[in-house]
Amino acid sequence: MIDFFNNITNSLIFNNFFLVLSGLDNTILLLLISLPIGFILALLFALGRVSKIIILSKVIAGYIFIIRGTPLLVQIYLIYFGLGSVKFIRESFLWYALKEPFWCGVIALTINTVAYGAEIFRGGIQSIEKSQVESGLSLGFTKFLLLRKIILPIAIRKVLPSYGNELILMVKATSLVSLTTYMEMTGIARKIMAKTFAPIEAFIAAGILYLFLNFLMVQFVKYLEWKYNPHLRLNN
Amino acid sequence: MFKFEKLVFGDAGWGDEFLVATLMTLVVSILSMGLGLFLAILTVWAKIIQNRITNFFANFYTTVIRGIPELLVIYLIFFGGNSLVMSIAKVFGYNKYIELNALTIATIAIAVISATYSSEVLRAAYLSISKGQIEAARALGMNKFNIFLKVISPQVIRHALPGIGNVWQITLKDTSLISVTGLVEIMRQTRISSNVEHSPLTFLITAAILYLCLTTLSSRVFKSLEINYSKGFST
Repeated sequence: MIDFFNNITNSLIFNNFFLVLSGLDNTILLLLISLPIGFILALLFALGRVSKIIILSKVIAGYIFIIRGTPLLVQIYLIYFGLGSVKFIRESFLWYALKEPFWCGVIALTINTVAYGAEIFRGGIQSIEKSQVESGLSLGFTKFLLLRKIILPIAIRKVLPSYGNELILMVKATSLVSLTTYMEMTGIARKIMAKTFAPIEAFIAAGILYLFLNFLMVQFVKYLEWKYNPHLRLNN
Repeated sequence: MFKFEKLVFGDAGWGDEFLVATLMTLVVSILSMGLGLFLAILTVWAKIIQNRITNFFANFYTTVIRGIPELLVIYLIFFGGNSLVMSIAKVFGYNKYIELNALTIATIAIAVISATYSSEVLRAAYLSISKGQIEAARALGMNKFNIFLKVISPQVIRHALPGIGNVWQITLKDTSLISVTGLVEIMRQTRISSNVEHSPLTFLITAAILYLCLTTLSSRVFKSLEINYSKGFST
């Protein structure tokens, strides 16, 4: 029995697991900064997209088109390698952020999630029935109050499943930041592989952690859906 | 900043290299989309038949692959694929060193990822066919193969096309990750060129524009396919 436990604790995959675990905080840090900012900006962009100011709407549409049409890897490289090669950016205050792979990752992930999120929220906002907005107007709601009390709650509630999908895609997208030398879970797994020449053990350890992270994300989205859909609960 | 002279065709610029790289991206995308659709059909089949074992494996496959990053799947197949193939070959008594080439590995890796997305699309499309149709076909005495060919697949194609279009876009963008395996597609070519010329911005913008062209073109193609397959259904 003791032999069995010794075998497990000495096994490569077990050791790798804890090594990769030390990169978990870096992965979560990326998400903790880029997801909230991305959420707020995506809401604002979606409102701009459906607004009656045509120029604003067109500019945001162009932004969404470009970001959704190119791979995230291109965006990360553009910010990390591309912007870093321009001289006047290297001399400006932006360089303080752009010289760090971490902030490049945060900026790229935020830019990416804003485009996808804005498109999701636009769908939610446009699916609101006109009668609900009209009844709000007839009660004398101001535009801001209408937005806060009627449009946003209904829209967010409607798009929660697809926004949850986007959140999971973001968890997965953080692995790409490892290609800019930032040491999060995938980066560490890669380093372990280079050291031990045991690729499968290293990447399975990382994979289990990502699965766990995504499982937590799914539970979080489920909780939000439960919380914001009180009328759909079977018995409260 | 942006140096157009680096992008001319011929020896002076990188235009022709980028053209070849774009074709390589397209080839990898098409091959892996095809293989992915085949895997997806198998997965859907494993999910809809009443068999606990196949159900479990199909669900396990889609949950795991969709839950871990694409980059990790590619690393796993790129670095672990060779030893896996060799150990399978050993079972059959073949002990020599086998090396899969980059295109094969790239295709398999992207197909494994793309199949999970395709399978969800195909399953939803299959479930949207009403059971009465299949029963009616059976009542007419059609055999299983004919039911699949003449009743199920035409409707699945029509229902699934918009979703498959999305999966294609995802697959196309996922091929950029294949650059880590050394296969010279757009992203790899970008890294090579920018290392030689020391102007990453030029080539990265070129790559972005190439991807934009590919995604825009393919969404056009899928739109016309959708119109073609929904003839007789006013939408």
